[in-house]
Amino acid sequence: MATPAPAQADLKRTPLHAAHLRLGARLTAFAGWSMPLQYAGIIAEHHAVRSAAGLFDVSHMGELECIGARAADCVARLTCLDVERLAVGQARYSLILNEAGGIIDDVIVYRLGDAWYRIVINAANAAAVAEHARAVAAAAGGAELRDAGAELRDAGAELGLVALQGPRAAAILQRAAGAAVGALGRYRCRPTAVADVPVLAARTGYTGEDGFELFVAAEYADALWSHLLEAGADEGLAPAGLGARDTLRLEAALPLYGHELGPDVSPLEVGLGRFVRAGGGYVGAEALRRRREEGVPRALAHLQLHGRAVARAGNPITTAAGTPIGSVTSGGYGPWLRRGLAMGLVERRHAAPGGELTVLIRGRPHGAAVVPRPFYRREEG
Amino acid sequence: MNVPEELRYTTQHEWLREEEDGTVTVGITDHAQAELGDVVYVELPAVGDEVAQGASFGVIESVKAASDLYAPVSGAVTAVNGALEAAPQQVNEDPYGAGWLLKLNPARPAEEGGALLTAAAYRELLP
Repeated sequence: MATPAPAQADLKRTPLHAAHLRLGARLTAFAGWSMPLQYAGIIAEHHAVRSAAGLFDVSHMGELECIGARAADCVARLTCLDVERLAVGQARYSLILNEAGGIIDDVIVYRLGDAWYRIVINAANAAAVAEHARAVAAAAGGAELRDAGAELRDAGAELGLVALQGPRAAAILQRAAGAAVGALGRYRCRPTAVADVPVLAARTGYTGEDGFELFVAAEYADALWSHLLEAGADEGLAPAGLGARDTLRLEAALPLYGHELGPDVSPLEVGLGRFVRAGGGYVGAEALRRRREEGVPRALAHLQLHGRAVARAGNPITTAAGTPIGSVTSGGYGPWLRRGLAMGLVERRHAAPGGELTVLIRGRPHGAAVVPRPFYRREEG
Repeated sequence: MNVPEELRYTTQHEWLREEEDGTVTVGITDHAQAELGDVVYVELPAVGDEVAQGASFGVIESVKAASDLYAPVSGAVTAVNGALEAAPQQVNEDPYGAGWLLKLNPARPAEEGGALLTAAAYRELLP
Protein backbone atom coordinates (compact mmCIF):
# COMPACT_ATOMS: atom_id res chain seq x y z
CA MET A 1 0.00 0.00 0.00
CA ALA A 2 1.08 3.56 -0.61
CA THR A 3 0.67 6.39 1.87
CA PRO A 4 1.77 9.71 0.41
CA ALA A 5 2.17 12.43 3.00
CA PRO A 6 0.65 15.77 2.06
CA ALA A 7 3.15 18.59 1.61
CA GLN A 8 2.81 21.08 4.45
CA ALA A 9 4.86 23.87 2.88
CA ASP A 10 3.00 26.80 1.36
CA LEU A 11 -0.14 26.03 3.35
CA LYS A 12 -1.92 28.66 5.40
CA ARG A 13 -1.81 28.13 9.15
CA THR A 14 -4.59 28.86 11.60
CA PRO A 15 -3.89 30.73 14.86
CA LEU A 16 -4.03 27.29 16.53
CA HIS A 17 -1.23 25.71 14.51
CA ALA A 18 1.17 25.67 17.48
CA ALA A 19 -1.54 24.09 19.64
CA HIS A 20 -1.97 21.27 17.11
CA LEU A 21 1.77 20.62 17.07
CA ARG A 22 1.82 20.52 20.91
CA LEU A 23 -0.95 17.92 20.83
CA GLY A 24 0.87 15.79 18.25
CA ALA A 25 -1.86 16.16 15.65
CA ARG A 26 -1.49 14.57 12.26
CA LEU A 27 -1.79 17.47 9.84
CA THR A 28 -3.39 17.41 6.43
CA ALA A 29 -3.82 19.85 3.58
CA PHE A 30 -7.38 21.09 3.23
CA ALA A 31 -8.46 23.93 0.91
CA GLY A 32 -5.01 25.47 1.08
CA TRP A 33 -4.77 25.21 4.87
CA SER A 34 -2.66 23.01 7.11
CA MET A 35 -5.30 21.48 9.36
CA PRO A 36 -5.39 18.75 12.00
CA LEU A 37 -6.75 15.54 10.46
CA GLN A 38 -6.72 13.70 13.76
CA TYR A 39 -5.14 13.58 17.21
CA ALA A 40 -5.89 10.27 18.99
CA GLY A 41 -7.70 8.80 15.99
CA ILE A 42 -10.83 9.55 14.01
CA ILE A 43 -13.02 6.89 15.63
CA ALA A 44 -11.98 7.79 19.19
CA GLU A 45 -12.60 11.49 18.51
CA HIS A 46 -15.95 10.75 16.88
CA HIS A 47 -17.03 8.76 19.94
CA ALA A 48 -15.81 11.51 22.28
CA VAL A 49 -18.08 14.02 20.51
CA ARG A 50 -21.12 11.70 20.60
CA SER A 51 -20.66 10.67 24.23
CA ALA A 52 -18.94 13.69 25.87
CA ALA A 53 -17.46 16.55 23.84
CA GLY A 54 -14.88 17.46 21.22
CA LEU A 55 -12.97 20.65 20.47
CA PHE A 56 -12.40 21.54 16.81
CA ASP A 57 -10.28 24.22 15.18
CA VAL A 58 -12.40 25.55 12.32
CA SER A 59 -10.48 28.80 11.91
CA HIS A 60 -10.05 27.99 8.22
CA MET A 61 -13.69 28.95 7.67
CA GLY A 62 -14.04 32.38 6.09
CA GLU A 63 -15.94 35.32 7.54
CA LEU A 64 -17.44 38.12 5.50
CA GLU A 65 -19.02 41.02 7.30
CA CYS A 66 -21.61 43.40 5.98
CA ILE A 67 -21.87 46.55 8.02
CA GLY A 68 -23.79 49.79 7.66
CA ALA A 69 -27.26 51.23 7.31
CA ARG A 70 -27.94 49.23 4.12
CA ALA A 71 -26.28 46.01 5.35
CA ALA A 72 -29.60 44.10 5.49
CA ASP A 73 -30.29 44.92 1.82
CA CYS A 74 -26.85 43.70 0.89
CA VAL A 75 -27.31 40.36 2.73
CA ALA A 76 -30.82 39.98 1.31
CA ARG A 77 -29.47 40.33 -2.24
CA LEU A 78 -26.51 38.01 -1.64
CA THR A 79 -28.28 35.16 0.21
CA CYS A 80 -31.72 33.56 0.05
CA LEU A 81 -32.21 34.22 3.76
CA ASP A 82 -35.34 35.91 5.05
CA VAL A 83 -33.14 38.67 6.46
CA GLU A 84 -35.99 40.75 7.85
CA ARG A 85 -36.84 38.00 10.29
CA LEU A 86 -33.29 37.68 11.61
CA ALA A 87 -33.12 39.48 14.96
CA VAL A 88 -29.95 40.76 16.58
CA GLY A 89 -28.33 37.81 18.36
CA GLN A 90 -29.75 35.25 15.93
CA ALA A 91 -28.05 33.03 13.39
CA ARG A 92 -29.50 31.15 10.42
CA TYR A 93 -28.31 28.63 7.85
CA SER A 94 -28.59 29.98 4.32
CA LEU A 95 -27.29 29.67 0.76
CA ILE A 96 -25.55 31.88 -1.76
CA LEU A 97 -26.82 31.06 -5.25
CA ASN A 98 -25.63 31.82 -8.75
CA GLU A 99 -27.92 33.28 -11.44
CA ALA A 100 -28.81 29.74 -12.57
CA GLY A 101 -30.04 28.89 -9.06
CA GLY A 102 -27.04 26.63 -8.35
CA ILE A 103 -25.21 26.76 -5.04
CA ILE A 104 -22.08 28.89 -4.70
CA ASP A 105 -21.82 28.20 -0.98
CA ASP A 106 -23.80 27.31 2.10
CA VAL A 107 -23.33 29.74 4.94
CA ILE A 108 -24.41 30.74 8.42
CA VAL A 109 -25.53 34.35 8.72
CA TYR A 110 -25.19 35.94 12.16
CA ARG A 111 -26.78 39.26 13.02
CA LEU A 112 -24.39 40.87 15.47
CA GLY A 113 -25.97 44.31 15.57
CA ASP A 114 -28.75 46.39 14.04
CA ALA A 115 -26.68 46.91 10.90
CA TRP A 116 -23.95 44.30 11.35
CA TYR A 117 -24.05 40.83 9.74
CA ARG A 118 -21.37 38.15 9.72
CA ILE A 119 -21.50 35.46 7.03
CA VAL A 120 -19.43 32.34 7.69
CA ILE A 121 -18.34 30.70 4.45
CA ASN A 122 -16.50 27.51 3.53
CA ALA A 123 -12.71 27.71 3.37
CA ALA A 124 -12.65 26.08 -0.06
CA ASN A 125 -14.89 28.86 -1.39
CA ALA A 126 -13.68 31.84 0.59
CA ALA A 127 -12.00 33.67 -2.30
CA ALA A 128 -14.75 32.91 -4.83
CA VAL A 129 -17.52 33.89 -2.43
CA ALA A 130 -15.82 37.14 -1.44
CA GLU A 131 -15.45 38.03 -5.13
CA HIS A 132 -19.05 37.09 -5.88
CA ALA A 133 -20.28 39.08 -2.87
CA ARG A 134 -18.44 42.18 -4.06
CA ALA A 135 -19.90 41.79 -7.55
CA VAL A 136 -23.40 41.37 -6.13
CA ALA A 137 -22.99 44.37 -3.85
CA ALA A 138 -21.74 46.42 -6.78
CA ALA A 139 -24.61 45.34 -9.05
CA ALA A 140 -27.07 46.12 -6.26
CA GLY A 141 -25.77 49.69 -6.30
CA GLY A 142 -22.33 49.45 -4.79
CA ALA A 143 -21.68 53.18 -4.72
CA GLU A 144 -25.15 53.77 -3.41
CA LEU A 145 -24.69 51.12 -0.71
CA ARG A 146 -21.35 52.54 0.28
CA ASP A 147 -22.71 56.07 0.38
CA ALA A 148 -25.42 54.83 2.69
CA GLY A 149 -22.71 53.20 4.77
CA ALA A 150 -22.85 49.52 3.74
CA GLU A 151 -19.41 48.00 3.73
CA LEU A 152 -18.42 44.45 2.84
CA ARG A 153 -15.26 43.33 4.58
CA ASP A 154 -13.30 40.10 4.90
CA ALA A 155 -12.74 39.38 8.59
CA GLY A 156 -11.28 35.90 8.03
CA ALA A 157 -7.68 36.75 8.91
CA GLU A 158 -8.59 38.49 12.17
CA LEU A 159 -10.70 35.69 13.58
CA GLY A 160 -10.13 32.26 15.00
CA LEU A 161 -13.09 29.90 15.23
CA VAL A 162 -13.34 27.04 17.70
CA ALA A 163 -16.21 24.54 17.83
CA LEU A 164 -17.07 22.90 21.16
CA GLN A 165 -19.49 20.07 20.35
CA GLY A 166 -21.16 17.24 22.23
CA PRO A 167 -23.63 16.49 25.01
CA ARG A 168 -21.22 17.91 27.64
CA ALA A 169 -20.45 21.08 25.64
CA ALA A 170 -22.87 23.32 27.57
CA ALA A 171 -21.57 22.17 30.95
CA ILE A 172 -17.96 22.70 29.84
CA LEU A 173 -18.60 26.17 28.45
CA GLN A 174 -20.58 27.07 31.55
CA ARG A 175 -17.61 26.10 33.67
CA ALA A 176 -15.05 27.82 31.43
CA ALA A 177 -17.03 31.03 30.96
CA GLY A 178 -18.48 31.18 34.44
CA ALA A 179 -21.54 32.79 32.93
CA ALA A 180 -25.01 31.64 31.96
CA VAL A 181 -23.88 31.04 28.39
CA GLY A 182 -25.09 27.43 28.66
CA ALA A 183 -28.62 28.85 28.48
CA LEU A 184 -28.01 30.36 25.02
CA GLY A 185 -30.77 29.12 22.69
CA ARG A 186 -30.20 27.13 19.49
CA TYR A 187 -29.01 29.39 16.66
CA ARG A 188 -28.52 32.28 19.06
CA CYS A 189 -25.27 34.14 19.59
CA ARG A 190 -23.95 36.61 22.11
CA PRO A 191 -20.66 38.05 23.32
CA THR A 192 -19.18 36.53 26.46
CA ALA A 193 -15.74 35.83 27.90
CA VAL A 194 -13.86 32.62 28.58
CA ALA A 195 -11.08 33.15 31.11
CA ASP A 196 -10.98 36.85 30.26
CA VAL A 197 -10.80 36.13 26.54
CA PRO A 198 -13.64 37.92 24.75
CA VAL A 199 -15.54 35.57 22.44
CA LEU A 200 -18.72 35.60 20.45
CA ALA A 201 -20.48 32.39 21.43
CA ALA A 202 -23.02 30.88 19.03
CA ARG A 203 -25.08 27.76 19.65
CA THR A 204 -24.36 26.27 16.25
CA GLY A 205 -22.35 23.38 14.88
CA TYR A 206 -21.80 20.75 12.24
CA THR A 207 -21.77 17.46 14.14
CA GLY A 208 -25.40 16.59 14.89
CA GLU A 209 -24.73 17.31 18.57
CA ASP A 210 -25.54 20.21 20.82
CA GLY A 211 -22.66 22.65 20.98
CA PHE A 212 -21.12 26.02 20.39
CA GLU A 213 -18.97 27.83 17.91
CA LEU A 214 -16.75 30.47 19.46
CA PHE A 215 -15.36 33.35 17.43
CA VAL A 216 -12.20 34.76 18.94
CA ALA A 217 -9.58 37.33 17.94
CA ALA A 218 -6.75 35.39 16.30
CA GLU A 219 -4.19 36.43 18.92
CA TYR A 220 -6.31 34.96 21.76
CA ALA A 221 -7.27 31.73 19.98
CA ASP A 222 -4.53 29.65 21.60
CA ALA A 223 -5.40 30.87 25.11
CA LEU A 224 -9.08 30.07 24.52
CA TRP A 225 -8.27 26.61 23.14
CA SER A 226 -6.00 25.71 26.05
CA HIS A 227 -8.44 26.98 28.64
CA LEU A 228 -11.34 25.01 27.15
CA LEU A 229 -9.31 21.78 26.95
CA GLU A 230 -8.37 22.20 30.61
CA ALA A 231 -11.91 23.05 31.71
CA GLY A 232 -13.29 20.04 29.85
CA ALA A 233 -10.70 17.47 30.86
CA ASP A 234 -12.91 16.01 33.64
CA GLU A 235 -15.86 15.90 31.28
CA GLY A 236 -14.10 13.81 28.64
CA LEU A 237 -13.41 16.66 26.23
CA ALA A 238 -10.99 15.65 23.44
CA PRO A 239 -9.43 17.66 20.63
CA ALA A 240 -10.98 16.50 17.37
CA GLY A 241 -9.80 16.93 13.79
CA LEU A 242 -11.24 17.28 10.33
CA GLY A 243 -11.50 13.49 10.00
CA ALA A 244 -14.04 13.26 12.83
CA ARG A 245 -15.75 16.45 11.64
CA ASP A 246 -16.46 14.68 8.35
CA THR A 247 -17.70 11.39 9.84
CA LEU A 248 -19.87 13.28 12.36
CA ARG A 249 -21.50 15.42 9.67
CA LEU A 250 -22.04 12.32 7.51
CA GLU A 251 -23.90 10.52 10.33
CA ALA A 252 -25.95 13.68 10.88
CA ALA A 253 -26.57 13.82 7.09
CA LEU A 254 -25.39 17.43 6.90
CA PRO A 255 -24.49 18.52 3.36
CA LEU A 256 -20.95 19.54 2.41
CA TYR A 257 -19.97 21.93 -0.35
CA GLY A 258 -18.21 20.08 -3.17
CA HIS A 259 -20.16 16.91 -2.32
CA GLU A 260 -23.91 17.42 -1.95
CA LEU A 261 -23.69 21.10 -2.89
CA GLY A 262 -22.18 22.78 -5.93
CA PRO A 263 -22.77 25.26 -8.75
CA ASP A 264 -24.78 22.71 -10.74
CA VAL A 265 -26.93 21.60 -7.81
CA SER A 266 -30.21 23.29 -6.93
CA PRO A 267 -31.23 23.63 -3.26
CA LEU A 268 -34.51 22.03 -4.34
CA GLU A 269 -32.66 18.82 -5.26
CA VAL A 270 -30.88 18.39 -1.95
CA GLY A 271 -33.78 19.03 0.41
CA LEU A 272 -32.84 22.64 1.20
CA GLY A 273 -35.96 24.24 -0.28
CA ARG A 274 -37.06 25.26 3.20
CA PHE A 275 -34.04 27.56 3.50
CA VAL A 276 -35.00 29.48 0.36
CA ARG A 277 -37.13 32.52 1.10
CA ALA A 278 -40.35 33.02 -0.82
CA GLY A 279 -40.46 35.93 -3.23
CA GLY A 280 -37.42 37.26 -5.02
CA GLY A 281 -34.82 39.93 -4.67
CA TYR A 282 -31.77 37.67 -4.39
CA VAL A 283 -29.44 36.26 -6.99
CA GLY A 284 -30.85 32.98 -8.35
CA ALA A 285 -34.47 33.61 -7.30
CA GLU A 286 -35.82 33.70 -10.86
CA ALA A 287 -34.04 30.47 -11.83
CA LEU A 288 -35.38 28.74 -8.70
CA ARG A 289 -38.93 29.86 -9.48
CA ARG A 290 -38.66 28.34 -12.98
CA ARG A 291 -37.13 25.19 -11.52
CA ARG A 292 -40.06 24.82 -9.14
CA GLU A 293 -42.51 25.05 -12.05
CA GLU A 294 -40.58 22.65 -14.27
CA GLY A 295 -40.12 20.05 -11.57
CA VAL A 296 -36.99 18.72 -9.90
CA PRO A 297 -35.81 15.43 -11.41
CA ARG A 298 -33.14 14.56 -8.83
CA ALA A 299 -33.20 14.16 -5.06
CA LEU A 300 -30.77 13.21 -2.33
CA ALA A 301 -31.07 9.59 -1.20
CA HIS A 302 -29.76 8.47 2.18
CA LEU A 303 -28.26 5.00 2.02
CA GLN A 304 -27.30 2.51 4.70
CA LEU A 305 -25.11 -0.23 3.28
CA HIS A 306 -25.90 -3.81 4.18
CA GLY A 307 -22.31 -5.05 4.24
CA ARG A 308 -19.15 -3.54 5.65
CA ALA A 309 -17.85 -2.16 2.36
CA VAL A 310 -17.30 1.60 2.36
CA ALA A 311 -18.99 3.71 -0.33
CA ARG A 312 -17.11 6.82 -1.43
CA ALA A 313 -18.04 9.95 -3.34
CA GLY A 314 -18.33 9.19 -7.05
CA ASN A 315 -19.44 5.56 -6.72
CA PRO A 316 -22.31 4.87 -9.16
CA ILE A 317 -25.77 4.13 -7.73
CA THR A 318 -28.13 1.79 -9.57
CA THR A 319 -31.53 0.27 -8.92
CA ALA A 320 -31.48 -3.23 -7.47
CA ALA A 321 -31.96 -4.37 -11.08
CA GLY A 322 -28.82 -2.53 -12.20
CA THR A 323 -30.18 0.57 -13.97
CA PRO A 324 -27.91 3.59 -13.34
CA ILE A 325 -29.78 6.36 -11.48
CA GLY A 326 -27.10 8.58 -9.96
CA SER A 327 -23.97 8.60 -7.84
CA VAL A 328 -22.69 8.90 -4.28
CA THR A 329 -21.94 12.46 -3.14
CA SER A 330 -20.58 11.53 0.32
CA GLY A 331 -19.87 8.09 1.66
CA GLY A 332 -17.97 6.54 4.49
CA TYR A 333 -18.04 4.56 7.67
CA GLY A 334 -20.27 5.87 10.46
CA PRO A 335 -18.23 5.17 13.62
CA TRP A 336 -21.12 5.66 16.08
CA LEU A 337 -23.71 3.77 14.05
CA ARG A 338 -21.07 1.23 12.98
CA ARG A 339 -22.47 1.18 9.47
CA GLY A 340 -21.44 2.14 5.98
CA LEU A 341 -23.40 5.28 5.10
CA ALA A 342 -23.80 7.30 1.93
CA MET A 343 -25.70 10.20 0.47
CA GLY A 344 -26.25 10.35 -3.26
CA LEU A 345 -28.05 12.34 -5.90
CA VAL A 346 -30.44 10.01 -7.73
CA GLU A 347 -33.56 10.13 -9.87
CA ARG A 348 -36.20 11.51 -7.53
CA ARG A 349 -38.54 8.52 -7.54
CA HIS A 350 -35.76 6.29 -6.16
CA ALA A 351 -34.86 8.53 -3.22
CA ALA A 352 -37.85 7.70 -0.98
CA PRO A 353 -37.02 5.81 2.23
CA GLY A 354 -37.99 2.15 2.22
CA GLY A 355 -36.43 1.29 -1.13
CA GLU A 356 -33.40 -0.83 -1.94
CA LEU A 357 -30.58 0.44 -4.16
CA THR A 358 -27.16 -0.78 -5.22
CA VAL A 359 -23.84 1.05 -4.89
CA LEU A 360 -21.02 0.02 -7.22
CA ILE A 361 -17.79 0.06 -5.20
CA ARG A 362 -14.75 -0.67 -7.37
CA GLY A 363 -17.24 -2.05 -9.89
CA ARG A 364 -18.84 -4.55 -7.53
CA PRO A 365 -22.48 -4.23 -6.47
CA HIS A 366 -23.25 -3.68 -2.77
CA GLY A 367 -26.83 -3.53 -1.53
CA ALA A 368 -28.08 -0.55 0.47
CA ALA A 369 -31.35 0.43 2.12
CA VAL A 370 -32.80 3.88 1.45
CA VAL A 371 -33.41 5.28 4.94
CA PRO A 372 -34.88 8.51 6.36
CA ARG A 373 -32.65 11.53 6.99
CA PRO A 374 -30.67 11.92 9.22
CA PHE A 375 -28.82 8.67 9.89
CA TYR A 376 -28.11 9.87 13.41
CA ARG A 377 -30.28 12.10 15.56
CA ARG A 378 -29.24 13.00 19.09
CA GLU A 379 -31.56 12.42 21.99
CA GLU A 380 -32.92 15.76 23.14
CA GLY A 381 -31.88 16.22 26.72
CA MET B 1 7.83 2.04 15.04
CA ASN B 2 7.79 -1.71 15.45
CA VAL B 3 9.72 -3.54 12.67
CA PRO B 4 10.25 -7.17 13.72
CA GLU B 5 13.70 -8.54 12.77
CA GLU B 6 12.48 -11.92 11.50
CA LEU B 7 10.13 -10.60 8.80
CA ARG B 8 10.73 -9.43 5.22
CA TYR B 9 9.26 -6.18 3.91
CA THR B 10 8.27 -4.36 0.73
CA THR B 11 8.54 -0.72 -0.24
CA GLN B 12 4.72 -0.73 -0.21
CA HIS B 13 4.79 -1.21 3.58
CA GLU B 14 3.75 -4.84 3.62
CA TRP B 15 5.43 -7.59 5.58
CA LEU B 16 5.95 -11.21 4.70
CA ARG B 17 6.77 -14.20 6.89
CA GLU B 18 8.03 -17.51 5.50
CA GLU B 19 6.25 -20.34 7.32
CA GLU B 20 7.71 -23.81 7.90
CA ASP B 21 5.17 -25.37 5.52
CA GLY B 22 6.51 -23.30 2.61
CA THR B 23 3.65 -20.80 2.54
CA VAL B 24 4.11 -17.10 3.28
CA THR B 25 1.90 -14.93 5.48
CA VAL B 26 1.33 -11.31 4.40
CA GLY B 27 0.20 -8.24 6.29
CA ILE B 28 0.78 -4.49 6.49
CA THR B 29 3.40 -2.94 8.74
CA ASP B 30 2.97 -1.02 11.96
CA HIS B 31 3.98 2.13 10.09
CA ALA B 32 1.35 1.45 7.42
CA GLN B 33 -1.47 0.94 9.91
CA ALA B 34 -0.49 4.11 11.76
CA GLU B 35 -0.47 6.08 8.51
CA LEU B 36 -3.85 4.68 7.47
CA GLY B 37 -5.58 5.33 10.76
CA ASP B 38 -8.62 3.36 11.89
CA VAL B 39 -9.17 0.44 9.51
CA VAL B 40 -12.86 -0.30 8.90
CA TYR B 41 -12.91 -2.74 5.98
CA VAL B 42 -10.53 -5.10 4.19
CA GLU B 43 -11.34 -6.53 0.78
CA LEU B 44 -9.33 -9.71 0.16
CA PRO B 45 -9.18 -12.27 -2.68
CA ALA B 46 -10.71 -15.73 -2.38
CA VAL B 47 -8.76 -18.83 -1.40
CA GLY B 48 -7.43 -20.36 -4.63
CA ASP B 49 -7.05 -17.02 -6.45
CA GLU B 50 -3.68 -16.36 -8.08
CA VAL B 51 -1.95 -13.09 -7.23
CA ALA B 52 0.94 -11.54 -9.17
CA GLN B 53 3.90 -9.82 -7.53
CA GLY B 54 3.40 -6.07 -7.53
CA ALA B 55 -0.25 -6.30 -8.61
CA SER B 56 -3.14 -5.20 -6.43
CA PHE B 57 -4.72 -8.12 -4.57
CA GLY B 58 -7.16 -6.21 -2.42
CA VAL B 59 -8.12 -2.97 -0.76
CA ILE B 60 -7.86 -1.73 2.78
CA GLU B 61 -10.29 0.99 3.84
CA SER B 62 -9.59 3.29 6.73
CA VAL B 63 -12.10 5.89 7.88
CA LYS B 64 -10.46 8.45 5.64
CA ALA B 65 -9.52 6.58 2.47
CA ALA B 66 -9.15 3.37 0.48
CA SER B 67 -5.66 2.03 -0.30
CA ASP B 68 -4.64 -0.76 -2.64
CA LEU B 69 -2.79 -3.79 -1.30
CA TYR B 70 0.04 -5.09 -3.51
CA ALA B 71 1.22 -8.70 -3.57
CA PRO B 72 4.83 -8.99 -2.32
CA VAL B 73 5.30 -12.25 -4.26
CA SER B 74 3.36 -14.21 -6.87
CA GLY B 75 1.41 -17.25 -5.79
CA ALA B 76 -1.88 -18.92 -4.97
CA VAL B 77 -3.94 -17.78 -1.98
CA THR B 78 -4.17 -20.60 0.58
CA ALA B 79 -5.93 -18.69 3.37
CA VAL B 80 -7.42 -15.27 4.12
CA ASN B 81 -7.97 -13.76 7.55
CA GLY B 82 -11.76 -14.07 7.85
CA ALA B 83 -11.72 -12.54 11.33
CA LEU B 84 -11.07 -9.14 9.76
CA GLU B 85 -14.59 -9.14 8.34
CA ALA B 86 -16.05 -8.62 11.81
CA ALA B 87 -12.98 -7.03 13.44
CA PRO B 88 -10.97 -5.01 10.89
CA GLN B 89 -9.48 -2.97 13.74
CA GLN B 90 -7.17 -5.95 14.42
CA VAL B 91 -5.03 -4.57 11.57
CA ASN B 92 -4.39 -1.50 13.77
CA GLU B 93 -4.17 -3.32 17.07
CA ASP B 94 -1.90 -6.20 16.05
CA PRO B 95 -0.55 -5.70 12.51
CA TYR B 96 2.03 -8.53 12.76
CA GLY B 97 -0.27 -10.96 14.56
CA ALA B 98 -4.08 -11.11 14.54
CA GLY B 99 -4.15 -8.46 11.83
CA TRP B 100 -2.52 -10.64 9.13
CA LEU B 101 -4.20 -10.46 5.73
CA LEU B 102 -3.56 -13.65 3.76
CA LYS B 103 -1.34 -16.68 3.18
CA LEU B 104 0.17 -17.53 -0.19
CA ASN B 105 1.74 -20.58 -1.72
CA PRO B 106 4.55 -18.76 -3.53
CA ALA B 107 5.15 -19.58 -7.20
CA ARG B 108 8.90 -19.66 -6.41
CA PRO B 109 10.94 -19.22 -3.23
CA ALA B 110 10.14 -15.81 -1.78
CA GLU B 111 13.78 -14.71 -1.68
CA GLU B 112 14.10 -15.07 -5.47
CA GLY B 113 11.75 -12.18 -6.01
CA GLY B 114 14.61 -9.85 -5.20
CA ALA B 115 12.24 -7.06 -4.15
CA LEU B 116 12.03 -7.97 -0.47
CA LEU B 117 13.76 -5.93 2.20
CA THR B 118 15.33 -6.92 5.48
CA ALA B 119 14.06 -5.25 8.66
CA ALA B 120 17.14 -2.98 8.66
CA ALA B 121 16.58 -1.94 5.02
CA TYR B 122 12.88 -1.31 5.64
CA ARG B 123 13.62 0.81 8.69
CA GLU B 124 15.66 3.09 6.44
CA LEU B 125 12.50 3.89 4.45
CA LEU B 126 10.63 5.14 7.48
CA PRO B 127 10.57 8.82 8.40
